[in-house]
Amino acid sequence: MKAAPLLFGLLALIAWEAVVRAGNVPPYIVPGPVAIVAAFAAGPLSLLTALASTLVVTFIALAVAAVLGALLAFAMSVSRLAQAAIQPWAVVLQVTPIVAIVPLVIIWVGYLVTSPRISTLITLVVSATIVAFFPIFANTAEGLASAPAELGDLFRLYGGGRWQTLALLRLPAALPYFLTGLRISGGLALVGAVVAEFVAGSGGFASGLAYTIQEAGFRLQVPRMFAALVLLSLAGIAINLGLGALARFVLRRRGMA
Amino acid sequence: MLTIRSVGRRFPGGVEALRDVSLRLGAGDFLALLGPSGCGKSTLLRLIAGLDRPDAGSLDWDAGHALAPGDAGFVFQDATLLPWATAEDNVFLPLRLRGMSRPRAMPAVREALAHVGLGGFEKARPRTLSGGMRMRVSIARALVTRPRLLLMDEPFAALDEFTRHKLQADLLALWRELGCTIVFVTHSIYEACFLARRIVLMTPRPGRVAREMASALAHGADTRLDPAYAALVAEVSRSMERALEAG
Ligand SMILES: Nc1ncnc2c1ncn2[C@@H]1O[C@H](COP(=O)(O)OP(=O)(O)OP(=O)(O)O)[C@@H](O)[C@H]1O
Ligand SMILES: [Mg+2]
Repeated sequence: MKAAPLLFGLLALIAWEAVVRAGNVPPYIVPGPVAIVAAFAAGPLSLLTALASTLVVTFIALAVAAVLGALLAFAMSVSRLAQAAIQPWAVVLQVTPIVAIVPLVIIWVGYLVTSPRISTLITLVVSATIVAFFPIFANTAEGLASAPAELGDLFRLYGGGRWQTLALLRLPAALPYFLTGLRISGGLALVGAVVAEFVAGSGGFASGLAYTIQEAGFRLQVPRMFAALVLLSLAGIAINLGLGALARFVLRRRGMA
Repeated sequence: MLTIRSVGRRFPGGVEALRDVSLRLGAGDFLALLGPSGCGKSTLLRLIAGLDRPDAGSLDWDAGHALAPGDAGFVFQDATLLPWATAEDNVFLPLRLRGMSRPRAMPAVREALAHVGLGGFEKARPRTLSGGMRMRVSIARALVTRPRLLLMDEPFAALDEFTRHKLQADLLALWRELGCTIVFVTHSIYEACFLARRIVLMTPRPGRVAREMASALAHGADTRLDPAYAALVAEVSRSMERALEAG
C-alpha cells in the first residue's frame, strides 16, 4: 500500500518514455525521462549550485517570515491597537500578486544597497518573505486565540495574570498552529523565491533554478529545463515533508500528537 | 457562607438563563443542582465561582467567606487539561498561578494525585490517559489548593457506569475527610440522590428553584440497594415531573 504512489510513478515514467519513443517526439518539445536524467548528468554541478542558491533564498525567507509572522501575531493578540494597525496590511500583502510587487522591491532595495550581489539577494529574500509571511502569521494568530474558553476560566479562577495566561496557556496552544503555518509557508517561500528570480533576472546573485530554466529555455535545452523543474519539485516535496516531520516530532515530544 | 438573592442572568441575544434564583449555601453543604439541559445550572455555577456576573439580584458572601483565588476548585464537564502538560504539571497549575515554586508545590501535587488514585501517573500526558483518569486529574487539580468550596459541573456525565460509581464513592469520602462545601451540577436524579445532602431542583429555562429536598441517606456499602435511596429517587422524580409540567 505504501509503495503504491512509487509504483504508480514508475509506471507513469515508463509509459512516458514509451510514448515519446514510439511517437518520435523530438526532445526539444517533450523529452523522455531518460533524456532528462541525461541532461542532469551532463551538468549536475551547475544545476545543483542553482538549486542551492534558490534554497538559500527560500530558507532565509522562511526564517524571516516565521519570526515576523509569529511576532506580529503575538503583538496583535496582546494589543487591540496593534490588531487594528496590522491586520489590514497583512491582508493587503497577501492578496497582492507577488509578481507585481517584485519590481518595486528591486527599485527600493537597489536604492538602499549598492552592491548588486547583495541587493539581488535581499530583493529575492524580501519577495519570498512577503509570500511566506501570511500563513505563519494567520495560523499563529488563530492559535493564540484557540485555547478553550474553559481553560481561560480556569486561569481566571486561580488569579492567573495576563502574562501568565499568555506564557502558560496561549503560547503553548498556538504552537501546533504555528507549525502548520510554517509547513504551508515552506512551500510558498520556495514558490516566492522562484517567482522573484524570474522577475529579478540574473543580476549578480540570481543564478537560481528559475534563471537556469529561463536560460535553458532561450537555448531550447528543453531536457535541461525539465531537469531543473524536477529538482524544483523535489525540493518542494522535501521541504514539505521535512517541515511535516518537524511538526510531528515537536508535537509528539509535547504530548500533543 | 453564601446567600444568593433573587439572581437573574440574561445573556446578550436575549436568552434568559436564570430568573429570581434564591439559595443559601452553608459551610460543609453537599448540594446538588438538578435540572434539565439548558436550565441554567452551569450559569449558576459560574456565577458562584465569580466567573460571570448576575444582571439582577446579588450573591452575598458571609463575612470572612468571600472567595480568594484558590479558595474555590472548579471541575468542568470536560477534563479541560493542558494537553502539553503532564498530569503532575496540570495539577501544579493552580499553585503555580499563585506563585508557588515547583519544589514547594510537589508534595501537595503528589498527594492530590494519590488521593484520586493516580499515584504513579505523575508524568503521564492527558492523551495517554483514559477519560476517567483525565477526569480524576481534573478533580485532583481542583483539590490541590485545599479549596473551601468545590464547584463541579456534571463531572461524571461522560464516564462509564463503573468509573462513575467509583468516583462518586471517592467524592463522598473526600467530602467527609476534607469537610469542604460542594455544589454539584448534574442532570442525573440517581447521582443527585446518591451524593447530595441537599437536592435543589431547577425548572426549565428560565431556570428557577422549583423545590429543595433533603437527603438523610446513611451512606454505607450498599447505599444503592437501600430502600430509602429508592424512595428518594422516586420522590425526586415525581417532583421533577411536576416541575417540568409547570415550567
Ligand atoms: N455565554 C453565553 N452566551 C449566550 N447564551 C448562553 C451563554 N451561556 C449559556 N447560555 C444559554 O443559557 C442557557 C442556560 O445555559 P447553561 O449552560 O447554564 O445550561 P445547563 O443547565 O448547564 O445545561 P446543560 O445541562 O446542557 O449543561 C442556555 O439556553 C444557553 O444557551
Ligand atoms: Mg451545563
